[in-house]
Amino acid sequence: MDEMTTGATPATESIISIRSMHKWYGDFHVLSDINLEVQSQEKIVICGPSGSGKSTLIRCINRLEEHQRGQIIVDGTELTNDIKNIEKVRAEVGMVFQHFNLFPHLSILDNLTLGPIWVRKTPKKEAEEAAMMYLEKVHIAEQAKKFPGQLSGGQQQRVAIARSLCMNPKVMLFDEPTSALDPEMIKEVLDVMIDLAREGMTMLVVTHEMGFAKSVADRVMFMDYGQIVEQNSPHEFFDNPQHERTRLFLSQIL
Amino acid sequence: MSDQAKNPPRDYLKPPMTEVGVLGWLRSNLFNTWYNSLLTVLVALLLWQLAPPFLKWAFFDSAWNTAPEVCYESEGACWSVVSKNINFIIFGFFPDGQQWRPGLSMLLLLGLVFYSRDRNHWRRSLGVYWLIGLSVMGTLMYGGVFGMPVVETAQWSGLPLTFMLSFFGMVAAYPLGVLLALGRRSRMPAIKSLCVIYIELIRGVPLISLLFMSSIMFPLFLPEGVTIDKVLRAQAAIILFTAAYIAEVVRGGLQAMPRGQFEAADALGLTYNQTMRLIILPQALKIVIPPTVGILLSAFKDTSLVVIIALYDVLKTTKVSLSNPKWTGFSTEAYIFLAVLYFICCYAMSSYSRRLEKELHTGH
Repeated sequence: MDEMTTGATPATESIISIRSMHKWYGDFHVLSDINLEVQSQEKIVICGPSGSGKSTLIRCINRLEEHQRGQIIVDGTELTNDIKNIEKVRAEVGMVFQHFNLFPHLSILDNLTLGPIWVRKTPKKEAEEAAMMYLEKVHIAEQAKKFPGQLSGGQQQRVAIARSLCMNPKVMLFDEPTSALDPEMIKEVLDVMIDLAREGMTMLVVTHEMGFAKSVADRVMFMDYGQIVEQNSPHEFFDNPQHERTRLFLSQIL
Repeated sequence: MSDQAKNPPRDYLKPPMTEVGVLGWLRSNLFNTWYNSLLTVLVALLLWQLAPPFLKWAFFDSAWNTAPEVCYESEGACWSVVSKNINFIIFGFFPDGQQWRPGLSMLLLLGLVFYSRDRNHWRRSLGVYWLIGLSVMGTLMYGGVFGMPVVETAQWSGLPLTFMLSFFGMVAAYPLGVLLALGRRSRMPAIKSLCVIYIELIRGVPLISLLFMSSIMFPLFLPEGVTIDKVLRAQAAIILFTAAYIAEVVRGGLQAMPRGQFEAADALGLTYNQTMRLIILPQALKIVIPPTVGILLSAFKDTSLVVIIALYDVLKTTKVSLSNPKWTGFSTEAYIFLAVLYFICCYAMSSYSRRLEKELHTGH
C-alpha cells in the first residue's frame, strides 16, 4: 500500500496530475514513480526527512526542476520542453520560497506589480491597486514604499506571498516558507497562510509545521527516499500512521 | 529606524570628549598607535620640507603668460608654454578661425553629460536630446553646411579627438560588453563559444596591436576603392577592445547573482529577456560599478595610444608644441597641465560612479 491516490474516480478534473513521474540528478534517482492528483481548492501538506525529495517534487510542478519520465499536467497544460507552455503554467502557479527571494532593487510595491504588469499586461494603475489590496491582506500595506532589505524576515515572507497572489494563481506552492524565520515570526506567516486556505486556495505546502498540517490540510503526505510513502487525512495520518517509516518520522518531530 | 523612540527611558550620556570632534578625529586617525604617531610626524616633516619650494616654483616665481625669453630668466615654472600654445594643444590642426566649432561641440557634449548625470532625467526624451546633440556636434565638426567649410577627420585633433574617441569608446563598448557577457553564459553552444573566442582573443592582444591592425592591416583586406575613415577605424578598435574587458566584469556580476533571483523571476512566468532586463542586469551591473569604472577610466587614458597610428590626440598636440625650439625645456609644466586635465576628467567619472552607487543602494 505504498501509493494511495485519493479518490479513485475524481469527482472533478484534477488541477494538477502527476503520473508515474521520475527525476534524476545525474545518476541519482531523486524522485521515483510519483503519482499525485490534486483537486481544486485542496490543501496538501508534504513532510518528510531532508533529502527525501519533497522540495524537488513541488519544484517540478512549475518546472524549476525538469522531470525525465512520466507526465505532469497543470491546469490542462502538460509540462514539456515547450517554453511557452512552461511560462503559461508558471503564470498560473504561485511559489513562495524558503529564502523569500524578493527583488532587492525594487520597492515592495514594484515587487508586487512586476508580474502583473509584464506577464499579465495589466495596466500599471490597476496593478498597483491590486497590489495594495493584497498588501492590506497580509497586514503590511504601510511598508509599500520600502525596499525588501528594510523589512524583517517575517514581513518579507508575507510580501513574497502577496507577490504570488497578485498573479491570481490557481495553485500556490510553498517551499518550507517558515524554515528561515526566527521563531517569533513564524506565526505571522502561518496566519496569512491559514487565511489563504480558508478562502479556498489550492495549496501544496512543504513544511515541518505539524500544527499547520493538522488545522488546515485536507491531506498529509509523507515522503522518504524520493517516494510518496503514505498519504491520508491529517486525523488518520497523525493518529494512525500505516507505515513504519512514517511512525519513526513522526516520533522524531512531534 | 524609529527604534530610538521606542527605547525605555533612561539616561543617554554623551560620549567622552576625547572620542568626538577634532580631538577625537586626530586621536583615532593620526595618533592611535605609536607607529601611526611616528608616521604622522614623519609625513608632517616631509611636507614641511617639500611643500614651500613647490609652491614657490609653481606659483610665486612662475611666469603665466609671457614670451619664452622671460621664462629662461625666471627661477619658477613657465606656465606660458601652456597658455601661449593653448590653441594648438586643445584644437590641434583644426583650421584657424574655425576652432569655435570643436569648442562649441565639446561644450555641448559636456552639457549633455552634465544633464544626464541626474537619474530623474533618464527618460525617453533624454535619448532624443542626445540624438539631436550628436547630430549637431557632427555637423559642427565636419561642416559643409551653413557656410562652414568642410574639415576632414584627418584634421580633427587635440582635446575634441580625445573626448570623441573615449566617449564613443565607452558608450558603445558598455552595451556590447553586456551582450558578450550574456552570450558567454548562454546555453546555446555556438553563441557561447563565439563569445568566449572573441573575449579571449581581444584580451590576449595589446591595444596597440589592435590599433595597428585597424589602421594598416584592415585596409589591405578591403576591396579596391573602398576606404573607411581612419578615425572611425581607431574608434572601432577602441570599442572592440574595451567591450571584451567590460564583458568579463559584467560576467562576474552575473555570477554573483543568487540563484533564488532567477527562480523567483521564473516562478512569476517572466521570459528570459524580461528576467535579464528587469531583475538580473539591474542588480548585476550595480554590483560591478567599481570595476567597470576602472575599465572605463583606463579606456579613457588609453585613447592616447592612437598617437602610434598618427592621430593627434591632446597628448600628441602637447608634444608637438614642445618640439618648437622656443619652448623646449618646459616639458614638466606642459605634462603637469595634461596630468591635471586627465585627472579632472577621471575624478569626475569616479566620483559620479560613487554617487550612483549610493543612490542605487537599497539595502540596510
